[in-house]
Amino acid sequence: MAAERNDVEALIERGYEHGFFTDIESDTVAPGLDEDVIRLISRKKQEPEFMLEWRLRAYRHWLTMSEPTWANVTHPPIDFQSISYYSSPKSRDDAPKSLDEVDPKLLETYEKLGIPLHERAALAGVAVDAVFDSVSVATTFKDRLAEEGIVFCSFSEAVRDHPALVERYLGSVVPHTDNFFASLNSAVFTDGSFVYVPKGVRCPMELSTYFRINAANTGQFERTLIIADEGSYVSYLEGCTAPMRDENQLHAAVVELVAHDGAEIKYSTVQNWYPGDEEGRGGIYNFVTKRGECRGDDSKISWTQVETGSAITWKYPSCVLRGRNSIGEFYSVALANLRQQADTGTKMVHIGENTRSTIVSKGISAGRGQNAYRGLVRIEKGAKGARNYTQCDSLLMGDRCGAHTFPYMEVKNPTATVEHEATTSKISEDQLFYCLSRGMSAEDSVSLIVNGFCKEVFKELPMEFAVEAQKLLEVSLEGAVG
Amino acid sequence: MLQIADLHVRVDGKEILKGVDLEVSAGEVHAIMGPNGSGKSTLAHVLAGREGYEVTRGEVRYEGRDLLALAAEERACAGVFLAFQYPVELPGVNNTYFLRAALNAMRRHRGEEEISAMAFMKLVRERLRVLHMDQALLKRPVNVGFSGGEKKRNEIFQMAVLEPRLAILDETDSGLDIDALRDVASGVNALRSAERAMVLVTHYQRLLSHVAPDFVHVLNDGRIVKSGDHKLALHLEEYGYAGVGEEAALS
Repeated sequence: MAAERNDVEALIERGYEHGFFTDIESDTVAPGLDEDVIRLISRKKQEPEFMLEWRLRAYRHWLTMSEPTWANVTHPPIDFQSISYYSSPKSRDDAPKSLDEVDPKLLETYEKLGIPLHERAALAGVAVDAVFDSVSVATTFKDRLAEEGIVFCSFSEAVRDHPALVERYLGSVVPHTDNFFASLNSAVFTDGSFVYVPKGVRCPMELSTYFRINAANTGQFERTLIIADEGSYVSYLEGCTAPMRDENQLHAAVVELVAHDGAEIKYSTVQNWYPGDEEGRGGIYNFVTKRGECRGDDSKISWTQVETGSAITWKYPSCVLRGRNSIGEFYSVALANLRQQADTGTKMVHIGENTRSTIVSKGISAGRGQNAYRGLVRIEKGAKGARNYTQCDSLLMGDRCGAHTFPYMEVKNPTATVEHEATTSKISEDQLFYCLSRGMSAEDSVSLIVNGFCKEVFKELPMEFAVEAQKLLEVSLEGAVG
Repeated sequence: MLQIADLHVRVDGKEILKGVDLEVSAGEVHAIMGPNGSGKSTLAHVLAGREGYEVTRGEVRYEGRDLLALAAEERACAGVFLAFQYPVELPGVNNTYFLRAALNAMRRHRGEEEISAMAFMKLVRERLRVLHMDQALLKRPVNVGFSGGEKKRNEIFQMAVLEPRLAILDETDSGLDIDALRDVASGVNALRSAERAMVLVTHYQRLLSHVAPDFVHVLNDGRIVKSGDHKLALHLEEYGYAGVGEEAALS
């Protein structure tokens, strides 16, 4: 196996394909964080008073907090004063009305990433709210959505055009005091996406946002808020890649979902941020708070994530099942290769009667990657007849990586049913030889086996995303044989 | 088609094959029989290119090429097929998808276009009929939850679709009930042709009563100790391997 292992390492260690950055003039504030910076952000964004107040409350609370240390990850201390908290493309005042007006260099960047925005959006019927650095520069399909009364816009626009909705829902799922990174986000977030689907409306297309991190040393603090009113349905896709940089880039996003009576939200993520080099230098730190609340009866929130990038992933998309008969789902594929560290999982908090949750987690560890599943299933006193099913599988490639599982269960109602299944396996030599002996290359064989392992999750993704996710895994893992 | 000369193979430092000579021509069916531990499966694996087998002496030529110099997938693409004694489970990998990926890998290797989904399904249905295989198996993950008989049928089914020039069947008859054995045998017989050679590795002669081999070889302690026609298999069935070994040792 010696020769083969070398090939494997060569493949594992090959460079990040999306490593480049676009030279666009940025309007960036000096590094550092204090109340003046927060006032400046709020002023630049021409926010109403309630937003500034909320940001300052979050900031003051954040000052009393310390960074969490319980995750199974290690990194040098982050100097929050060395980060620049605001950056926007220069030409902000005359923001483009259509793609024709968008900086061609920016479009070129999307091309390199394999995201031909104009074609893709039209062909795939996907409305794209492209976030480049911190300010949205292109939005499509707005009219079509407006016909249905659906609001899909950048967070800044929502603050300007729908302040009542923002004020009512912002922080109602992830409060400004929630955790260290969420509080920081609440204080300094610059933009993100906002979706409101009115009563009884089924959103006619998948909503999609592509995130990019570009300007050096600029932490990106996204804020996403999705509200599905009674009996509505929406499917939201989030996909990211980032250019190669030497500095560690902090990303601390917050996503809040609210589902009212009978509403359903499907939130899918494919994340491919720069994982760092083989020594772990330069990758993205991804500290994300994602939480959805099934506020109404018979509502449903489903998270599907494919996490292949970032040096560190700290992320637990969760569901608070408040409404009776509400349903929470979490489907995850997390890959840790090179020296990547992933500590990810979910929380399912059952409050209402007959609430149900399903957790399917697939962790893949290769290279020197460390992959941890951390999950909490909490059944509150009133959650009569609540049910949870958890399946947690780990796949190891090579002998220098690790897989860890930290399941927590708190059951306070005797009528609840909680199931947990876990497996850890390796790609066996038998499986590999079986594929090879049928004429497939080692790369194709591994990708076939890994895709098989992830199938239960991939089938939850919308079609075009599933294809992208498979491709991403192939690129990230080709030949990773152990 | 296949020439094995003085093949010595070591596994984990232990010599398993101690000088195997064998010649197989197109159109022939050879049976290699022998007691447990005689090296039958080692021979099958070495021919298919499995890692972990150290060839210390001898050579194997396949259609004039040095077979041992080729990687496992190159051998498969060159027309060598191994039907596994223990077919491997691939959770989540659809059986039909797997087979099509295999066929397309081979077609690409030959510089042919990939087969269309329509043409592939037609081919699959044709081949299924011969084997009396349940259509439902196509949609299931490769070998996952298959019974022993289903796994073996699936191997022969793969062989029927991939149409190798040299097929090596490693203990395909073991663990089969009578119906499955008959189906597997009819699958094998359907594939016999003037261009194709087969090597049946087996412990018992039960498959050989359905698939009459042209030649039977007895492998014992890493060497072929006796060769003959199909009557040799019947002899072995009656008298066992012990006699053959002694006989060879005496001669």
